[in-house]
Amino acid sequence: MKRIYLDYAATTPIDPQVVQAMLPFLKQMFGNPSTLYSDGQLVNAAIKQARTRAAKIINSQAEEIIFCGSGTESDNLAILGVARFYRNKGQHVITTNIEHHAVLHTVEHLKKKDFAIDFVPVKSNGIVDPADILRKIKKETTLISVMYVNNEIGTIQPLRAIAKKIKEWKKRNNRSSNEPPFFHTDACQAAGYLDLDVQKLGVDLLTLNGSKIYGPKGMGMLYLKKGIQLEPLMFGGGQERKLRPGTENTAGIIGFATALELVQKKRAKEGQRLKKLRDYFIKELIRRIPKVIINGDPVKRSPNNVNISILDIEGEAVLLHLDKLGIEASSGSACDSENLEPSHVILALGRPYEYAHGSLRFTMGQWTSKKDIDYVLKILPPIVKKLRSISPLDIKPKLYL
Amino acid sequence: MKKMDVVSQKTGQGWVYSKIVKDHFFHPRNLLLAEAKKGEFDAVGEVGSPACGDVMKMWIKVDPQTEKIKKLKWRTFGCGSAIAATSMFSVMVTEKGGMTIKQALKIKPQDIIKRLGGLPDRKIHCSVLADKAFHQTLNNYFRQTGQYQRIITEGSRVIDRRLNITEKDIEAAVLEGAKTIDDVQKILKVGVGDPKAIPQIEELIRFYTEKYYGK
Repeated sequence: MKRIYLDYAATTPIDPQVVQAMLPFLKQMFGNPSTLYSDGQLVNAAIKQARTRAAKIINSQAEEIIFCGSGTESDNLAILGVARFYRNKGQHVITTNIEHHAVLHTVEHLKKKDFAIDFVPVKSNGIVDPADILRKIKKETTLISVMYVNNEIGTIQPLRAIAKKIKEWKKRNNRSSNEPPFFHTDACQAAGYLDLDVQKLGVDLLTLNGSKIYGPKGMGMLYLKKGIQLEPLMFGGGQERKLRPGTENTAGIIGFATALELVQKKRAKEGQRLKKLRDYFIKELIRRIPKVIINGDPVKRSPNNVNISILDIEGEAVLLHLDKLGIEASSGSACDSENLEPSHVILALGRPYEYAHGSLRFTMGQWTSKKDIDYVLKILPPIVKKLRSISPLDIKPKLYL
Repeated sequence: MKKMDVVSQKTGQGWVYSKIVKDHFFHPRNLLLAEAKKGEFDAVGEVGSPACGDVMKMWIKVDPQTEKIKKLKWRTFGCGSAIAATSMFSVMVTEKGGMTIKQALKIKPQDIIKRLGGLPDRKIHCSVLADKAFHQTLNNYFRQTGQYQRIITEGSRVIDRRLNITEKDIEAAVLEGAKTIDDVQKILKVGVGDPKAIPQIEELIRFYTEKYYGK
């Protein structure tokens, strides 16, 4: 049976062109870039080129790019790096309540180390109000971290507006651009569809990773604006300007740069294609299945994300039925999580627990076709019907978007 | 490598369900699909809450002379494990002419899990739901038939007087995977108010761990 993969937000299959670009560096071009001889220098040149390529995509300078091992590592380096280096200037960090755990748990770790943290809540549409962020900035704030696109509900945060507010605050309080507070964003879910121009976005730090953009897993990247310093997480040789020592994952770096270029090149076209598919998917789901609620703003949303709550039934049970019929998706239910807690993102929307337990996430990608979506639309309603027939509940939906 | 049935989007960790669990999940036995007819059952019981992600409703018909459970039907809002465990429980109670109330009360969650061919550790608490729903249903039966002395009291002893932590709280925490006092505190979201309670809490953790995980 053909498997239909609809969990692109979890990870993506690697693009064959990326594999091709990586192969030489997994074979004959194995030299250590730090060495003197020509083999090492060839590899060094390739990495330098990859850095320039990545910098070009995000409109930054090559030396502002740090390659590392994952999006999570990049988030940790950004948050802990800034917080620790500038701790004498202040110990206050601002973030939102829908961040990925790579940001949330890092910030919670700072809390244990006596940092003050403000988790600014999003509105019921899953988007944060820049004014709410501004309200929390104080003299002691050194870092503000707001994700670009949320991984569960796909909502797009107003980074430009937030950056503007931060700039205005800095002006009023006589802070230069090289002084805190700094603005970080986790853009891992945005790289496939949105503009990553850091000058336009107004961010000081930006996180990306390879596994969400048809690139290699085990690769992440941090954009660090010139003039901002970090306390490194690791110590060793001088690679990545001493901020991320360790012999470079050459194949990974080349693969990452290639993947980033490919995905950004086709982002307008892909974005349009998937947006059409997404809106069709949502419209049909609501039409064919009663008591279905969309989670998150339907418009200010990543073109590939469909996240719905189907009332009266539980997410993991739906996933098992879908899996049997060849469909791979995910859920915000407690049963589908490691610590048996329902999705903090769905709950942050102000929804009752049942909505989290009955939530399903379908995320589309490069290889998703309308045929795939039509197949899901065909088999999902009978699954829902079956599970509702064995459920003792009849929840009255309090709100529809 | 065994293919994972469910993989968490956050951690990438997955679990694999046994063939028997899958069978009971895709073909649950003893479901109440239509509305219960008048006089079809003797008692009904419901436990859990949508907030927890589990709700279990159960109906039983008891033979007044032999006390055998002639019919047990159920409905649930819950995950694969909850559905499979309750289906298996309903089979165990009603097969071979039906167990007596006394026999049925002896079934422990471990027995259900054994018949299912095992459940991932994290899912063991799902099997307890059937147990609790059954007790609730029986209690309603006892009330209706005036057998008040037989009602199963889940009466709970207070262990930590300062914070009112009861035996039941610790039981619930162990069911959710607590292995140490730190775990219990994390799950109950409170600390330990009365230091004299610590040895008792540790004893109870050991007791419930043995009861539910057989370790």
